[in-house]
Amino acid sequence: MRFSAQVESKLERLLASCPPGRKRAALVPMLLFIQDEVGAVTPEVVEEVSRRLEVTPAEIEEVASYYSMLRRRPAGRYHIQICTNISCLLMGGAELFEHACRKLGIGNHGVSEDGLFSLEEVECIGACCWAPALQVNYDFHHAVTPEAFDRLIEQLRQSSAAERRE
Amino acid sequence: MLHPEPHPLEVAVLTRRFRLPNSASIQTYLAHDGYQAFRKALEMSPDGIIEEVKKSNLRGRGGAGFPTGLKWSFVPRQSPKPKYIVANADEGEPGTCKDRLLMQYDPHALIEGMLIAARAVGARAGYIYVRGEYRYLIEILDGAIEQARERGFLGRNILGSGMDFDLYTHSGAGSYECGEESALLESLEGKRGVPRLRPPFPATAGAFGCPTVLNNVETFCAVPPIVLRGGAAFAALGTPRNGGTRLFAISGHVRRPGVYELPMGFNLLRMINEVAGGVREGRKLKAVIPGGSSCPVLRAEECDLAMDFDSVARAGSMLGSGGVIVMDQTTCMVRVAARILRFYAQESCGFCVPCREGTAWLAKILARFHGGEGRAEDIGLIADIAHNILGRTFCPLGDAAAMPAAAFVEKFREEFEAHLGGKACPFEEVAAHV
Repeated sequence: MRFSAQVESKLERLLASCPPGRKRAALVPMLLFIQDEVGAVTPEVVEEVSRRLEVTPAEIEEVASYYSMLRRRPAGRYHIQICTNISCLLMGGAELFEHACRKLGIGNHGVSEDGLFSLEEVECIGACCWAPALQVNYDFHHAVTPEAFDRLIEQLRQSSAAERRE
Repeated sequence: MLHPEPHPLEVAVLTRRFRLPNSASIQTYLAHDGYQAFRKALEMSPDGIIEEVKKSNLRGRGGAGFPTGLKWSFVPRQSPKPKYIVANADEGEPGTCKDRLLMQYDPHALIEGMLIAARAVGARAGYIYVRGEYRYLIEILDGAIEQARERGFLGRNILGSGMDFDLYTHSGAGSYECGEESALLESLEGKRGVPRLRPPFPATAGAFGCPTVLNNVETFCAVPPIVLRGGAAFAALGTPRNGGTRLFAISGHVRRPGVYELPMGFNLLRMINEVAGGVREGRKLKAVIPGGSSCPVLRAEECDLAMDFDSVARAGSMLGSGGVIVMDQTTCMVRVAARILRFYAQESCGFCVPCREGTAWLAKILARFHGGEGRAEDIGLIADIAHNILGRTFCPLGDAAAMPAAAFVEKFREEFEAHLGGKACPFEEVAAHV
């Protein structure tokens, strides 16, 4: 299994950062960087990482199941992660999450039928002073009202449609 | 994320470059004292550097408040093994969002702080362990590391001194527990974030079993000003045994939430009323969590308090990570307690029984309570479970869950009682009418 030149160069740098004889140290970021491109930690990914790091597939499964950002099935094109932890809760994060479920017609961990959106209720993302907050993939959005959420979804739909036309 | 101007009561030491144009670039950093402290450290003896950090009364900004100079002094002078410097950038304590700003606006300060630590203990490599969600910060840090390497501040024979030091970012992938130092080291080695039995502490057996200095991002960022202007000057900014300033993240029901740099020992009520603009329109202060979600809640009348590690501990809570969460009169404390415990149950690594079972039971009972199905005996049960977790877990996550749980029922018992007998949450009503 080969990945894009960009991911391969990231993996190369990552391996270079491990002390001699300690390439297993690359495992957690490696799974995440590959997932960014492949969409999930698939059985093929497990096998490939096992080969590259000389770690058994069972050990990789053990690690992959621990970290909340590592997925076994692909998320939507835009993975929307809404924080409902304390500071966001105080500022309407739980209501925002419920609004998002209704707007997208999916529940927690759901993927929309067109594969464009997925939704996840997440723990604190470090945006407590700019609550309620969410992330679309890795991008932060702060002080999100239900109206701002609807506008964001519309923008994402449009940019996806524009990309398809190109 | 920054307010256009700092608040007049702020004391800008760590944040003083935040509002400069291109503050994250090495050019800006070099034009404003950048790497001067490291140059000075190269002229100092390793013990001299550690002495200066001890004199500063700098205490760990991640939450535990352990004296930084003392921690560094535990690293063995002579070691057949390599030594490492690790920055904990796994910012995840609910209510805390300060390290994000340090890395975004002043990444070179973190690099310089780690370089000085490397010089003090004789380390040749370091890692910045950044939570996976902070991908854009990893990109900023990678860029800053590259700039520092080009200018000869990282790599072989740094500035002709004979010192070698390489620095790398390392991404997490979603785990609160990895903010605990030994779990972080496990994750850095490519494993599940399950904590290690201590002793040995990381100073003697840390990353890859080697002597390691492991500090929070803000702690490292405080080191360059300490070395440059002297430990005594930094200590003088704070209170006895609590040196310097601190980045307080004030969130929740205030008019001007934000991250503010204030002297250690700054009064909590003034922080809320003057710096953060007071509780939002027409409402009264009800409660404050002073240092992130694991710190016991304070009632409004307990908030006339100096915010340093020792004063907050005397008030029965903790300064923790400096995440000040402000709640007004419309807040349902049962709901807040239920949400906080759901978090700890979710994030428990599951390795030790009191934490795995205890947090799950607490979360379940509190959710039931808020849903109107609480029983009178549950109030005592919550306190009982909390006290059976306290001090009986492998790592501090158990205590981090048990302490707030016990405090919520102890301090707001009347609100728990108001939820009894199948009644709807009384606060939904209040919120609708204010």
